Amino acid sequence: MDPVIAFIIAKYNYWMYIILMMIGLCGMIIKKNLIKKIIGMNIFQTAIILFYISIAAKKNATIPIIAHAHGDGHAAVNAAGIINPLPHVLMLTAIVVAVATLGVALALAIKIYRQYHTLEEDEIISQIRE
Amino acid sequence: MKTFGIIAVVLCGALLIYGTVDFPEWGDPASPASTYVSPYYIEHSIPDTSVPNIVTAILADYRGYDTMFETAVVFAAGIACIFLLRIEKRDSPRSRLYRHIPTGVTIRIEQGGRLPEGSRDLERIDSVWVPYDLIIKTGCRLVIPFIQLFALYVIAHGHHSPGGGFQGGVIFGAAIILYALAYDLRTAQTHLPIRTSVLLSSTGVLIYAGTGALCLLLGANFLNYSALAGLLGVDPVTARSHGILIVEIGVALAVMAVMVGLYYIISSAGRLDEGL
Repeated sequence: MDPVIAFIIAKYNYWMYIILMMIGLCGMIIKKNLIKKIIGMNIFQTAIILFYISIAAKKNATIPIIAHAHGDGHAAVNAAGIINPLPHVLMLTAIVVAVATLGVALALAIKIYRQYHTLEEDEIISQIRE
Repeated sequence: MKTFGIIAVVLCGALLIYGTVDFPEWGDPASPASTYVSPYYIEHSIPDTSVPNIVTAILADYRGYDTMFETAVVFAAGIACIFLLRIEKRDSPRSRLYRHIPTGVTIRIEQGGRLPEGSRDLERIDSVWVPYDLIIKTGCRLVIPFIQLFALYVIAHGHHSPGGGFQGGVIFGAAIILYALAYDLRTAQTHLPIRTSVLLSSTGVLIYAGTGALCLLLGANFLNYSALAGLLGVDPVTARSHGILIVEIGVALAVMAVMVGLYYIISSAGRLDEGL
């Protein structure tokens, strides 16, 4: 196989997260609507979650729950046979915090809409300058 | 401005792609992320904490500080939403709308009119008219207890299967949000008022931090649950397992209450009477 194609296939998880991250960044920077910016922020967070979860993966490894831990046969736990649990922990809390930040962002958007009766960024700026 | 944004995004993407060249391949067992600290967790979680689910063990024990402050962040976000949007002094509505369920006639009751609150045939509705939906209400009423039961299972069984406080709390919150969606905000608030949800979320954080402080009082480090062995009457390793369960319950309470509170506040834009 062509080495370039092999390189791309071996790291496809990174390409996915880069694409998602660029979409999210586009949404946050280019879009003028505040709700679209919030959606962009969420896509960005999803990209980071995907990145962390994908670096936790190990080939031919199982989920980070030790089977028959309290049973009779105390087999030695092989660290190479169990995927890395640490990124899962970090992302578990990150998902909930992402929902919480989404809530605060939406509350701020409602507050801004009450004040300026629009969610378009340029219209809000022109109203502030008046 | 738009071209500048596109240039920035493309530049960022190019930098990320350039950085990815040095990254390990997907699923590489010898990648730096999997060889530094995670083997310790995988090998020691059973002798240290007697919890088969390593994710739970790390979440509530090894990285207890992190999770405690994540819970505090969730709590702070819920409080921030309430402070941002809550309208404390609201005018009592000039008229209220009721629906006579057998005939579908909508009745408007002006201020000062007698309220048919007790009648079973009449149902108070929002100012935005919605059709009477027997199927949705009955379906949700049937399914919500099972969702709540499953949430309790996910919280309590987090030691042995995927689950724990965050997931169970979100499922429990979803059950209450489903109830609020199928009926309306007022009906949901008769069961779980916003004040109760704030109180529950602060109780959750208090349970977590209080467990840590209790360990401190018993002579161990903050959040070192093995100090609870004397109180619980078990050996120190099992005490760590039980300590994890206690803080998971705290996390679940906080997350559930904050999810419900966020829904109440945002769906009604702070008025807490009508919405969605």
